[in-house]
Amino acid sequence: MVSASSVEIRKVNKHYGTFHALKDIDLVIPPGKVTCLIGPSGSGKSTLLRCVNFLEEYDSGEVLIDGTMIGYEAPGKKMPGRKLREMRRSIGMVFQQFNLWPHMTARENVAEGLIRVRGLSKSEAHRRAADALAKVGLADKMANHPSRLSGGQQQRVAIARAIAMEPRLMLFDEPTSALDPELVGEVLNVMKTLASEGMTMVVVTHEMGFAAHVADQVVFMEKGELVGVDSPDRILHHPEDARIQSFLRTYHERNSF
Amino acid sequence: MFSISVFLESFGPLFWAARYTLLISVLGIGLGLVIGTLICAARLSPYVWLRRFAMLWVSFLRGVPLLVQLLVFYYTLPVIGLDVPAMVAAVVTVGICASAYISEIWRGAIAALPKGQAEAAIAIGMTPQDVWIRVILPQAFNLSLPALINELILLVKASSLVSVVGILEITRASQAQAATTFRPLEVYIAAACIYLLINLCLAVLGRYLEHRTAI
Repeated sequence: MVSASSVEIRKVNKHYGTFHALKDIDLVIPPGKVTCLIGPSGSGKSTLLRCVNFLEEYDSGEVLIDGTMIGYEAPGKKMPGRKLREMRRSIGMVFQQFNLWPHMTARENVAEGLIRVRGLSKSEAHRRAADALAKVGLADKMANHPSRLSGGQQQRVAIARAIAMEPRLMLFDEPTSALDPELVGEVLNVMKTLASEGMTMVVVTHEMGFAAHVADQVVFMEKGELVGVDSPDRILHHPEDARIQSFLRTYHERNSF
Repeated sequence: MFSISVFLESFGPLFWAARYTLLISVLGIGLGLVIGTLICAARLSPYVWLRRFAMLWVSFLRGVPLLVQLLVFYYTLPVIGLDVPAMVAAVVTVGICASAYISEIWRGAIAALPKGQAEAAIAIGMTPQDVWIRVILPQAFNLSLPALINELILLVKASSLVSVVGILEITRASQAQAATTFRPLEVYIAAACIYLLINLCLAVLGRYLEHRTAI
């Protein structure tokens, strides 16, 4: 296993026009651990996650990956594209809508980054793509285009695409929210395996079960603010903050029948 | 009386003239694709002047009839001292005119792609060029195939306009034929049949390509 990254977020702010999406966020994500971001929709969890690989540009503050600020060389001074791409190379990302490229097969989806970004030969890239797909249990689906895969399979290809690049940090943006309930488990299982191998993972999720069982720390956000950071047990079973209690009450009501 | 023999005999010379119709249409769409792609890139670029130029280009060329563009271009060339064969002038004008429509076809197809497609490529560290070449353009091309085939069919028909600069394509050839045989009806119906045949073939080709790129 390659070394795992740590992330440090310091006083990060983000505005959309007059809307204050992230308010002075401070958060340390330790290496080799799983951090779950939870909270109501629109609370800024995804925005914060997307700041970590600079898909979303934060306005002020710092996001440090292994001590190096991503996106800016100095406050207000953007990092050159080449350097930003180099940093992104070791940060994998998995999206809610999978975002597989529909004109490529599963194997080509995984190999593309290895060829274009890592500069591997086509044969070597395809060999590694096959390994990555086998790892997520899709060795027999390599030649399929995404349209011929179920949602769960597509998301597993997307995970393979990210891990084939040998990242030191993985970002998951609601990876199971677009899936039919019966397909959620297969994706979570792949993520659990990844976690057990010591990958640093940041997961925005509504799967409280996953947060409770797999996360090392849980972060609760609301209205752009970081309300609480603690162990899963303390956030999910013994929350002190009224906002967390109310969120969990709603969650349990919605999931009981 | 409708003369079947005149009608049938017209096909020979008109088929011969169809070479020019096809040549102008195919070269026109080829040139239009190249220029149209550049114009679309300018339209989507972060530079305001490039965007403005592309917008002007598109509104001017869509706003002026191709016939007028042909005449303006054809009669401007000698004024600025350029002695260009009519065929070249015709292809360039048709191509430039098509570029305006093609750039808009591209723009629509690119806008229709989910934002996440590019984001997934950016997130693994692809260069902007690779994002375009490997992810965006292939999908935009598949999406816009029906519209591009449509544009090609429009060009085949619009190429009849280049008869005004003296190129012996189908329409011009049928005018000549009608004048010598005094049988305009037979000749023009034959011309109509040839246009229809060409465009039906293009429609079938389009259907085939769409089927092949369907995913």
